[in-house]
Amino acid sequence: MTHAISIDAVSKRFASLQALDHISFTVEHGEFFALLGPNGAGKTTLISAMAGLSRADSGQIRIMGHDVVAESRAARMKLGVVPQELVFDPFFTVRETLTFQSGYFGIRHNDAWIDELLHKLGLTDKANVNMRALSGGMKRRVMVAQALVHRPPVIVLDEPTAGVDVELRQSLWAFVKELNAAGHTIVLTTHYLEEAEALCSRIAMMKKGRLIALENKDTLLSRSAAREVSLQLSGPLPASLQPLSLRQQDGRHILALPDIAKLEQVLSELRLAAVEVRELSVHETDLEQVFVKLMHGGQL
Amino acid sequence: MYGFLTLFKKEILRFWKVGFQTVMAPVLTALLYQMIFSHVLSQHVEAYPGVSYTAFLIPGLAMMSMAQNAFANSSSSLIQSKITGNIVFLLLPPISAPAFFGAYLLASIVRGLVVGCGVLLVTAWFGLSLPAQPLWLLAFAVLGCGVLGALGIMAGIWADKFDQLAAFQNFLIMPLTFLSGVFYSINSLPPLWRSVSHLNPVFYMIDGFRYGFFGQADVSPWLSLAVVGGCFVALSLWVMRLIASGYKLRH
Ligand SMILES: Nc1ncnc2c1ncn2[C@@H]1O[C@H](COP(=O)(O)OP(=O)(O)OP(=O)(O)O)[C@@H](O)[C@H]1O
Ligand SMILES: [Mg+2]
Repeated sequence: MTHAISIDAVSKRFASLQALDHISFTVEHGEFFALLGPNGAGKTTLISAMAGLSRADSGQIRIMGHDVVAESRAARMKLGVVPQELVFDPFFTVRETLTFQSGYFGIRHNDAWIDELLHKLGLTDKANVNMRALSGGMKRRVMVAQALVHRPPVIVLDEPTAGVDVELRQSLWAFVKELNAAGHTIVLTTHYLEEAEALCSRIAMMKKGRLIALENKDTLLSRSAAREVSLQLSGPLPASLQPLSLRQQDGRHILALPDIAKLEQVLSELRLAAVEVRELSVHETDLEQVFVKLMHGGQL
Repeated sequence: MYGFLTLFKKEILRFWKVGFQTVMAPVLTALLYQMIFSHVLSQHVEAYPGVSYTAFLIPGLAMMSMAQNAFANSSSSLIQSKITGNIVFLLLPPISAPAFFGAYLLASIVRGLVVGCGVLLVTAWFGLSLPAQPLWLLAFAVLGCGVLGALGIMAGIWADKFDQLAAFQNFLIMPLTFLSGVFYSINSLPPLWRSVSHLNPVFYMIDGFRYGFFGQADVSPWLSLAVVGGCFVALSLWVMRLIASGYKLRH
């Protein structure tokens, strides 16, 4: 069985800068996959190579089994890309833009699908408006529609929610989730980590052109110190709990909580030592913490 | 194939939507040239036996306008798409190099022909006769626009900035089109300049186009056809190869 996307030892240099350094991973059919990394990590460069907008120096990329260089035609038919930069053609209306885009993929009479896309993306009343007259967020939505005119099985969104308001972000994600549920493979990059956390099942992290983590979201989260409990106590921390102590902060003790059942034990130790709990809170690790840790070279 | 048709249609619409600037303006410019030069030079000797200078000027102006506008169409469309970044929407779909090339080329030819018709229409009352050789006329109009359209595609792909394109236009296209015998018969030139003119492919377009009108010209129409046709084929093959290689379009 082929992969939706397979990336094999892909490297790319810009002059002295190694933008991609032996990147390899696969994305399976129907996955919702996040590609994360700080500015300049190489995410867009990798997406460009997938889309045939640029050519990798070495390595191979396949989309639904088609090599993006040798079988570019088939590969491009299977791929929909929403570019990161906000771009549009000021000569045309929204509907013209989408009709042309369909035509470039060889599709005639695409009006029913275009109408549906316009509806889903809240653009119906802008259909006959010139692209120039749209707000930035609306232009972004048209770009999403343009990537979908040919109903590609693999959809790559390069920061689709940059500059988009909260309401649209939610409706956009609802739409993308719907596409995913209908069997489309989704790859997204975003700097809103809570989005990746809420949506994606697998996460790859890049830094300086290298892949530094690639895991199921849950594994990634659980591997990183899991939860913490913060306690304000009437007395000192009992010796039996010292091994769990991570640090003291504002008069509170922060303890590691590898799993939630451990909380029971902590509380009973405190009761035994006759220490009263004045305040207690449990913090879940989120992707942001994992991300920051990895980016600073920390091990999980 | 449908990708080609769509891109062609888009390119036509692009210039048609701003027709005031892309068609009316060059037609007006040509009319001004015609008025000024025919006024200043109407006493000029007949260029060919039985052909007044005023009539002689018209086909040259028409062909020059066609050539300049065919070049402007493909080059400005491409550079605008590159600079605004919307060229990405043409690079993501599977449009083949011949389809990409053909669509830009054909749209340039159409723009050139529309401008040419406009120029002939507004200058005809200066005394233009009906074409003596309509097929030759059409052949040179189409091939001439084709050469400049293909050159425009090349320039549009090559240039990274508007001023690079402007340089190409001002230092190559303008001299080539102006020094091509639009305003004079090269037989009236000193021998040195006559030989130099013979190295200019635009000269053959204009001379051939004029042959279509008057049935007489400075050189044989077959020679002109060979030069213009040869340039067209060579340039087309070369530009298509550039596109296929992804030169300046796919990094
Ligand atoms: N055309 C280019 N020429 C030279 N260097 C480039 C080019 N494109 C990208 N780079 C460099 O390659 C590196 C990776 O860039 P890339 O755009 O892939 O990063 P990114 O992960 O998408 O970042 P961001 O989160 O800011 O979008 C950067 O250092 C960038 O400066
Ligand atoms: Mg990027």
